[in-house]
Amino acid sequence: MTTTVTVVECVVCGADVELDGTTLQGELIDCDDCGCELEVASVAPFTLREAPQEAEDWGQ
Amino acid sequence: MSDVRVAIVGGSGYTGGELVRLLLFHPHVQITQITSERFAGKLVAKAHPNLRGVTKLKFTSVAQLDACDVLFLCLPHGEAAKNWDRYAGLAPRVIDLSADFRLRDEAAYRFYYHNNHPRPDLLADFVYGIPELHREALRDARRVACAGCNATATILGLFPLYRAGVVLPQNTVVEVKVGSSEAGNRANEGSHHPERAGCLRSFSPTGHRHVAEINRELSVADKASVHFSATAIDMVRGAMATSHVFLNQSLTEKDIWKIYRDAYGNEPFVRIVKERDGLYRFPEPKLLAGTNYCDVGFEKDPSSDRVVVISAIDNLMKGSAGQAVQALNIMMGFEETTALAFPGLHPV
Ligand SMILES: [Zn+2]
Repeated sequence: MTTTVTVVECVVCGADVELDGTTLQGELIDCDDCGCELEVASVAPFTLREAPQEAEDWGQ
Repeated sequence: MSDVRVAIVGGSGYTGGELVRLLLFHPHVQITQITSERFAGKLVAKAHPNLRGVTKLKFTSVAQLDACDVLFLCLPHGEAAKNWDRYAGLAPRVIDLSADFRLRDEAAYRFYYHNNHPRPDLLADFVYGIPELHREALRDARRVACAGCNATATILGLFPLYRAGVVLPQNTVVEVKVGSSEAGNRANEGSHHPERAGCLRSFSPTGHRHVAEINRELSVADKASVHFSATAIDMVRGAMATSHVFLNQSLTEKDIWKIYRDAYGNEPFVRIVKERDGLYRFPEPKLLAGTNYCDVGFEKDPSSDRVVVISAIDNLMKGSAGQAVQALNIMMGFEETTALAFPGLHPV
C-alpha cells in the first residue's frame, strides 16, 4: 500500500486537503480551514464532494 | 536580552490598565513608571483591582517622569499632541494609543475632531499601528499611532477585499457594535447604570471619527469611502463590525476564501472564522475577551453580489493595548506574540 500524499482542493474553501493510499472511497474528512465535512467521491483519481449535511439545529 | 524600560502615561484608564496587565507578564519589559494625576502615590491595583498582589507598583505624577526606552501614551484625545515635546524628550520610541496622530491629513483631522491639529508638523512621523498592514514600517518606527478600535475591526475585515480590488470601493456599509468600555472609565449621565443597562444605543449613525482612518487604509487601489455607523450594545468588552460590501465581479465563496487566506494565512492574530456547523460559526466578540485576536468571517449572498463580512475583536486588546504591545514586539525585534498568547475563555 502506497503512502504517497496527494493534495486535493477543498471544494468549499479551496484549502489543501491531503489524501494518501490509505484513503478510502466514501471516507469522510474534515477540512482544517473551513471545518466542513468532505466525502471522498473517488480514489483514482481523488475527488471530493461536500458530505450531506444533517438537519440544521442552530438558531438565533 | 536586557529589559526594555517602559513607562505608561495615563495608566489609570481602561487602556492603560490593559497595557499594564500585559506588560507585567512580558519577559523582556520592565515597567519603570505609570502615571496618574488622580491616583498619584497610590497602588496601581487601586485603579486596576485585577492586579492586586500582582504588582507593587504605584502611580506617579507626570511631573516625576524619568527617561525610558519606550513611552506609551494613554491620554485623552488631544493631550499627547499638546504636550508632545515633553513626552518625546523622554524616550526615543513613543507609542501613542490616542487618536492624535492617526491621520495624515490636517483637513480630515479638522473635520472629524472639530479642531485644528496642535502639531500638524508631526503627522507624517507616525506609523499607523496595524501590524497586518504596516509590519515592515513598524520594524523601524520611532513613533507609532495605534489604530482606533472600531477602525481596527473594520479595516481588518475589509482590507483583503479592497486590496484584491474585487469590491466597489465606495459602496460599503459598515455597522459596528461596541461594548461600553470603549467610552473609557469616566462616568457621564448616559453611562449611569439604569440608563445604560439593556441599551442598544445608536450613538453614531454617521460622522464617526474612525471613518477617516478606515478610508485611508482601504484606499489601496481606488479611493475608498465607507459608510459607517456605530451602535453601543450591552456588553463591557467587544466590538463587531458587520460590513456589507458589493462585488465588482462574479466571485464564489471559494474565491473569497482564497483572498482571505492569502491575506491572513500567516498572521498570528487574525483568524478566518466561518464554519458550517457548531455553535460559533462566525466571529463572536464574547470569545475574544482578553485576547489579541481579530476573527474575520464572511458570507456571500447567493441572490446578489453582496458579501457580508463579520469581524470581531476585544476593543481593549486588538483594538487598543494588545495591538500596542504587538507593535512594541515588532519594533524591538521580539517574537510578535510575546505577552499576547492568552487564548480567551470558553464558556464565558
Ligand atoms: Zn475547506
